[in-house]
Amino acid sequence: MRFPFKTSYDHDIRLFPDWWNFSLYAALLALAVVLPFMIDDYFLGEATSVLIWAVAGLGLMLLTGQTGQVSLGHSAFMALGCYSCVLLMEAGVPFVLAFLASGVITGIIGAVIAVPALRLHGVYLAIATLALAILADDIIVLTAEWTGGVNGKYAPPISILGVTVDRWSTPDLYYWMVLLVVVGVTLAYRNLLRAPLGRAFAAVRDSEISAQAMGIDIARTKTMAFGLSCAITGLGGALMGLFSGAFNNETFSFLLSIQLVMMIVVGGLGSIHGAFLGALVVSFLPQVLSITAGALGRGVAIPGLEAAVFGVMLIGFILFEPMGLYGRWLKIRTFLELFPFARKDMFRRQKAYLKTERLR
Amino acid sequence: MDVLQLLISGLANGCVYGLVALGFVLIYKATEAVNFAQGDFMMLGAFMTLGLVNPEYAGIPFWLALPLVFIIMGVLGYLLDLVVLRAVFGQSQTSVIILTIALGFVIRFAVGAIWGHEPQSLRSPLAFGDIRLGGVVLGVVDLAVILVTVILTLLLWQFFQRTKIGLAMQAASQNQMAAYYMGIPVKRVQGLVWALAGIVAAVAGILYASKGAIDPNAGFIGIKAFAAAVIGGFGSLPGALMGGLIVGVIEPFAARYFPPGWSQIAPYALLILVLVFRPHGLFAQVRAKKV
Repeated sequence: MRFPFKTSYDHDIRLFPDWWNFSLYAALLALAVVLPFMIDDYFLGEATSVLIWAVAGLGLMLLTGQTGQVSLGHSAFMALGCYSCVLLMEAGVPFVLAFLASGVITGIIGAVIAVPALRLHGVYLAIATLALAILADDIIVLTAEWTGGVNGKYAPPISILGVTVDRWSTPDLYYWMVLLVVVGVTLAYRNLLRAPLGRAFAAVRDSEISAQAMGIDIARTKTMAFGLSCAITGLGGALMGLFSGAFNNETFSFLLSIQLVMMIVVGGLGSIHGAFLGALVVSFLPQVLSITAGALGRGVAIPGLEAAVFGVMLIGFILFEPMGLYGRWLKIRTFLELFPFARKDMFRRQKAYLKTERLR
Repeated sequence: MDVLQLLISGLANGCVYGLVALGFVLIYKATEAVNFAQGDFMMLGAFMTLGLVNPEYAGIPFWLALPLVFIIMGVLGYLLDLVVLRAVFGQSQTSVIILTIALGFVIRFAVGAIWGHEPQSLRSPLAFGDIRLGGVVLGVVDLAVILVTVILTLLLWQFFQRTKIGLAMQAASQNQMAAYYMGIPVKRVQGLVWALAGIVAAVAGILYASKGAIDPNAGFIGIKAFAAAVIGGFGSLPGALMGGLIVGVIEPFAARYFPPGWSQIAPYALLILVLVFRPHGLFAQVRAKKV
């Protein structure tokens, strides 16, 4: 256990509290950068997919984990990001510009959609966004002229400053490109959290009434949260569509957004680590299941098994570890740091009673 | 005549949506949580009846199987509350939403593993014949669905308005702590309402299965039922039924008179419109609390 000795207010909002912490993350980044030299192309593809899931998860985490608004419609914004990026690329816009523009477009449209959605909270917002996700699927089919509808679209080749980045021929370049996006998004996210807007997000999550009393413009804060969250998720969607090579309306069905929600809950709501841990679980669960099924002599895949295992895991996490994998890690770390003085009740949940805004 | 035909079939469909929506509203009224697995409950009830009644499985007479299914689904609902949902008692609605979505996946998998993924049809005594009324063909099953739904809605509505336990359920949802002070066994009341929702889901499932084949993905009509519940106003039982009817009627008409593809969108588009302009539904009983 180390005791940080704070000598200025800046200590409270530093990106890294001390050198030890900084060197840990620097080591992690270095490991991530040299990863292509250590593993083969198959696992590199898996690692890339983990990172892409993490980007999309960070987007939803900003909304659900930081601002406390549930969205079951983020698959719609992933689709929006993906289609806008690909359509811009087909119109001749260079990839880097098209990619950034897709994030901006998704963010703006997300914020516009958020304005009426702001009047809703809790359950209503969840249902409205779920409807949005289902509508997105149908709208992609209806606008087949641009989106290719059910037949889908093929991702155009990516070229950055004349270098072709392709999933199959240059997997390491593709990985580094995604890693760059992940590092950028993570840094932006981390910085946002220590800016006034990020503090406002947390205040709105914890209590709208007290946030209002502190002078926070709730409507503006929620709109910003929705827009930023959609922008990040849109980037994730663009990466996912380009990575899969071909995509259609089915790729971004509403089940994808439910998977996103499950991912951040299993990882741990309200923490950046949670998005990454959840992404690891989402990406590797199918592999683990198929290996297990193979070991048990069941060659054929059982339909729905993956979703069911995910469901059971999720129920287990909500019942026994509401803070997700990252929360479990925090407990283990505290136990080790304080050993032997850690007590079980240190993480006890307060007893809660529900009060509603309803009169009848 | 064409219009009338569409209307009747739309109403019958709408009643099933309305019944599932009724399940949402029941749980919402009593626990302020939303059961995203209600559609899967309905599917489970349908398959359970199918497993008891159909000759290739247990082969029990239909009317004997009926109470059995109600009891099983009721107990299941109660146990679910006892084992799973009580652990998040008093926590935010978000955790219940996520929990019930996960439950839905588990139920869908279990049903698929037990009864298979192929569409099957229930040997229901309701599913026979048509009645011809001057050019309009009415399925007996459609009439039965409409009748049962209306009766059930009226019963439940009166249950919430008049009986002591119905009122206790409403009190428990509005302020758990205050309800405790008034001597309401809040947790047991919530368990009861989950049991009730299980039974309503079973009724909906049996009616749905009488209308056509079912498969484990039938639970996805729960999403349309959501649209119904929101359009009618969450928290209002007659509203849920009305919402269901509106959604049910819009679908066939949109399919008939709009370009293809629009009929699937229509219920959700209406849902979003209602949420934007009347967030508490068309038949809302809700007023915002003034602090």
